Amino acid sequence: MTAPATPTEQSRAPSPRAAAAPPARRRFSRYRIERRTLGVLRWIVIACFLIVTLLPFYYMVLLSLKPIESLLRNPASLIVTPAEFTLRAYQQVLAPVSAGGQGFGTFLANSAFVAVSAVILSLIVAIPGAYAIARLPFFGHRQVNALFLAAYLFPAIVMAIPLFVLFTRIGLRGSLVGLVLVYIAQTVPVAIYMLRNYLETVPVSVEEAGLVDGLSRLGVLRRISLPLVLPSIMATGLFIFMIAWNEFLFALLFLVERRDSWTVSLGLSQLSGSAEIPTTVLMAGSVVLTLPILLLFFSTERLLTGGLTAGAEKG
Amino acid sequence: MPAETPARRRIRRRTLSQRDARTGFLLMSPTLLIVLAVVVLPLLWSVLIAFQELRLLEIGTASPFQSLTLENFERVLDSGELWTSLGITLVYTTGSVLLSITLGLIAAMAVRKPFRGRTFVRAAFLLPYVAPVVAVTFVWRTMLSPQFGIVNEAGQSLLGWAQPIPFLSEAQRTLEILGASFPVPTALLTAIAFEGWRYFPFAFLFLMARLEAISSETEEAALVDGASPLQSFRYILLPQLLPVIALLAILRTIWTFNEFDDIFLLTGGAAGTGVASVRVYEFLTVQRNVGAASAQSLVLSLVLILMLALYLFLMRKRGERL
Repeated sequence: MTAPATPTEQSRAPSPRAAAAPPARRRFSRYRIERRTLGVLRWIVIACFLIVTLLPFYYMVLLSLKPIESLLRNPASLIVTPAEFTLRAYQQVLAPVSAGGQGFGTFLANSAFVAVSAVILSLIVAIPGAYAIARLPFFGHRQVNALFLAAYLFPAIVMAIPLFVLFTRIGLRGSLVGLVLVYIAQTVPVAIYMLRNYLETVPVSVEEAGLVDGLSRLGVLRRISLPLVLPSIMATGLFIFMIAWNEFLFALLFLVERRDSWTVSLGLSQLSGSAEIPTTVLMAGSVVLTLPILLLFFSTERLLTGGLTAGAEKG
Repeated sequence: MPAETPARRRIRRRTLSQRDARTGFLLMSPTLLIVLAVVVLPLLWSVLIAFQELRLLEIGTASPFQSLTLENFERVLDSGELWTSLGITLVYTTGSVLLSITLGLIAAMAVRKPFRGRTFVRAAFLLPYVAPVVAVTFVWRTMLSPQFGIVNEAGQSLLGWAQPIPFLSEAQRTLEILGASFPVPTALLTAIAFEGWRYFPFAFLFLMARLEAISSETEEAALVDGASPLQSFRYILLPQLLPVIALLAILRTIWTFNEFDDIFLLTGGAAGTGVASVRVYEFLTVQRNVGAASAQSLVLSLVLILMLALYLFLMRKRGERL
C-alpha cells in the first residue's frame, strides 16, 4: 500500500498549486502517507495479535476433540473432521481413577472448594479493611497501606519456604484448608486495593447523611456503601477467584503428595509429565481447567478491566 | 448556659473522630492479623532460617531457635551457579519486560480508535493473561514439541526447516545470518517469547486506560500545525505515556525477576533457563536443604526490595497516596 502511494504524492508535488506553498504541501503529503500506511498496518497488527493470542486456545480445544492417533498421523491439521470427532478424551480425563480415568472430577471439586472459600473469606476480611482505609482516619493508616502494597508485590517464591515450614509444623500442609489460608493472605492486599478505590467513589455526603440519621459506621457500611458498590465487589470477588483457581506454586508445595486433594492446575502439571497419558486427554484437562475462567472473564470483562486499572488513569 | 454549648460540641466532635479511629482500627484488624501471620511473620522467619542449618526432614521437629551459622550463604554465594543463575534471570527479566511492554504498547495503539468488534478484540487480547498458567504452558509445550508440535510441522513444511527445533530443551544453537554465525540461547529465548505473549495484556490494559484518559486537544492542535501521525505519537502521546510505562517496567521487573511458575512449567529450569527462583525450589526439593533455599530467596529479596523502594519513590513522586 505504501509503494503505490509514494509516487502519487511525489508526482503531485511539482504541480503549480503545490509550488505556491511547498513546505505545507510536503508536510501534508507525509501526513497522508503515514496515515494511509498506519491505517493498513493497524489492521495487519490487529490480525497478527488475534492469531497469536487465540491460536493456542484454538489448538487446545482442537486437540481435545480428536483421538491421539489422528494427531500423530497428521500433526499439521488445524481442523477436526467429523469422522475423527470424539469426546472420549473428556470422559477419560473426568472419570475417577478407579474407573480408569484421571480423576479430574475430584480435582475440579477441590479447585472449586479452594477458590470459592478464598473468595468468600477474603471478601469478608477485606471489605471492612478497605472501608477503614478509604474513610476512617485511624492510627498507622499510611503504614498499613504501605504494608499491604508490599505484601501484594512480594512474589510467591520468597514466601514459599517459610510458609512451607510453618504449615508443616502446624500440620496444615497437605490440607485444602491450609491452601485457602495462603490464598486469603495472597489476595487480601489486592482486594483491599481494588475495594478501596471503589468505596472512595461513594460520596462522603451520602454517608454523613446516614450518620446524622443515627446509623453507626458499620451501619453506614452495610446499608449505604455496600449496596452502592455491589457490582464492584463482584468484580473483586471474580478477580480473587481467578487468582485462587490459577494458582500453582503453593498447590505444588502443599499438596503434591496427596493425589485426592490435588487442584486442577496441580493435577494437570503433575500428569503432563507422564508418558502414558495421551496428549489429547491432557488437552481435555486443559480445557476443563481454562473454561471456567474464560466463561467468568467474558461475562464480566468490563467490570474487571475497569477495576484493575483504577489507579492507572492518573498517569 | 450558652457558654457551655460550644465546649460540649467540641467534646462531641472529638469523641466522634476518636470513635471513627477506633472503628477504623477494628475493621482493619482482621486483615492486618492475616497479613502479619501469613506474610510478615513467615518472611521474618525465613530470614532466621537462612542463618540456620535446616534440612527438609527436620522441619517438623527442629527448634526455631537453633544456633546461627553463615554456612548457607557461603554455600549459595560461593558456587558459581548463583552468578550464572542471576545472569540468566537478568537476561530473562530484561527481555521479557521489554518485549511485553513493547507488544502491549503496539496493541494498545492498534485498537485505540473505535471500530466494529473492538470489544471482542480487546477481550481476546487479554486471554493469555487471565488463562491458567498451567494450561497455557502445556499448550505451548505441545505446540513447540519436536515430535508432533504444530510449530515444527509448519516450520518444516512451509519454511523449509531441515529438522525440527527442540525449542524448550536446547540450550544453544548457532544461527547463520548472511554468512556470520551467532550463538542463540534457544530455550531462554522461547521462554522470553512466552513471557511476552503472556504478559503483554497487562501492559496493554494499563496503557489503554491511560490512552483513554488523554484529552485529544493537544493532538488536534498538532494536527492543525501539520504533525504527521508518527510525529504526534512521538512528541505528544509517548511523553504522556512514559510515567505509566515506567511504572509497568518496575512492576513487571519485580514480578518477572522472581517468576517461578512459567519457567518451571515450560522447561523445568533445564537447557540454560535455570533462573534464580527455580534454584530456590531445587534447593528445597532436590537438595532438601531448607536453609540454603531460604538464603537464596533472601538474596532474591534484596534485589526485590530495591525495586520496591524505587516503585514507592515513583508513586510518591506522582503525588499518589500509597
